[in-house]
Amino acid sequence: MMLPIAKPGTSKENKTGSWRSFRPETDKSKCIKCGMCELFCPEPCITGVEQSKKPEEKTFPKTDYDYCKGCGVCANVCPVKCIKMVPEEK
Amino acid sequence: MVKKTVEGSFAVAEAVKNCEPDVAACYPITPSTHVAEELASFYANGEIKEYIATESELSSMSACIGASAAGSRTVTVTSSQGMALMHEAVFNAAGNRLPIVMIVGNRSLSAPLNIWNDWQDSITERDSGWIQIYCENGQEATDAVPQAYKIAEAVSLPVMVCFDGFYITHAVEPIDVPTLEEVRKFLPLFKPAVKLDPKNPISMGEYAFPSHYQLFREDLHKDMLAAVGKVKEIHDDYAKMFGRSCGNGLLEEYRSQDADIVLVSIGSVCGNAKEAIDQLREKGEKVGLVKLRLVRPFPYAAVAKALAGKKVIGVFEKAYSLGAVPPVYGEVLAAVADAKAKPVISSFTGGLGGKDVTVGNMLELFGKLKQGKKLVEWV
Repeated sequence: MMLPIAKPGTSKENKTGSWRSFRPETDKSKCIKCGMCELFCPEPCITGVEQSKKPEEKTFPKTDYDYCKGCGVCANVCPVKCIKMVPEEK
Repeated sequence: MVKKTVEGSFAVAEAVKNCEPDVAACYPITPSTHVAEELASFYANGEIKEYIATESELSSMSACIGASAAGSRTVTVTSSQGMALMHEAVFNAAGNRLPIVMIVGNRSLSAPLNIWNDWQDSITERDSGWIQIYCENGQEATDAVPQAYKIAEAVSLPVMVCFDGFYITHAVEPIDVPTLEEVRKFLPLFKPAVKLDPKNPISMGEYAFPSHYQLFREDLHKDMLAAVGKVKEIHDDYAKMFGRSCGNGLLEEYRSQDADIVLVSIGSVCGNAKEAIDQLREKGEKVGLVKLRLVRPFPYAAVAKALAGKKVIGVFEKAYSLGAVPPVYGEVLAAVADAKAKPVISSFTGGLGGKDVTVGNMLELFGKLKQGKKLVEWV
């Protein structure tokens, strides 16, 4: 008998990154580490821009491609347009 | 064993009570209202642990799903539009493998609005993954209840006990209702395979991706097919313990073994069919009846065996599939498709929305069948 049940924590196991058809890629030469992409990511799978730090101490955003569904919100809100949505090649 | 003279609904409700459900969740609807009312008064008297007076049938079924998921033995009662309103939750109950028992007082579907009997409400839900047992009289319906719980909990599938609105729900008959002590000997306590438990948290009714959804449906289908054996086994156990049976548990053969012309039907109308058969037999006509008890899962092998070698078969049903062959007729065609000698199989749709089906009407049907021509008609 197959039961449609799940134990806690399965949202970690279901890698929703497989749904993605466009992949956000960040051009670090243009990125100003403002953290807008991190704030707006609905998953949230962009991390790494710590707002408490001084501008020179801030790090670049990191995208977790295991869970990023490629919605493109980050590319849309980026004030310097340094995130490009690149088609996933299979 | 004490027979009392009681309305079908009340006997069925008492049988439900004696199965000791933890939760009853009902919204009354004609013609099954008396079952829900009686369960409510059992609750008022402290004889049922919980009764939820819901605001709709969708809520009734949803409450049963929640309660069953938490490990409770549950019951709901409905008819017609009520079952139609439950529809999405009906599929969910089966998909989640919850052994809910639903008492169905069969009634037509709107429009036009009609409160009387046919089988269209439960027949419409035939593809939902619920086991469906149809009953000829109050005694059969009453006996089907403890069996329904035992089947449901053995195979982790929900069960509908279907009995004809008014013809059985409201008819007063002498009925032997199994007592609490008797039912306790027959029906073990409900021990769910999995249940909602804060100490061991799980989510039920999970999401299945395209990679897995079909696997679940196929598994459910295979378990439904396999449940035929369990229905028969539990019927035979019950018959041994209580001394009452309904054919072989899947279908009843009435004077059909040596018959050339056999009528196939379901439910209360089989009473009139049997009377017509008795009259024709007195005149020497070889006629008989195969009464289906189990309609889902459909007992194809048993039906094929019961109809083997018959020359003329007629299916009378109070159900339809508009724009297609009637549902029970279609199943009977499939059941005998591999038979070597091809019988003539006719379909009669009738008795819809309480249209009376008399012994005389049954005699007319046998008259039509005797001509040996294939007929597909509404009568």
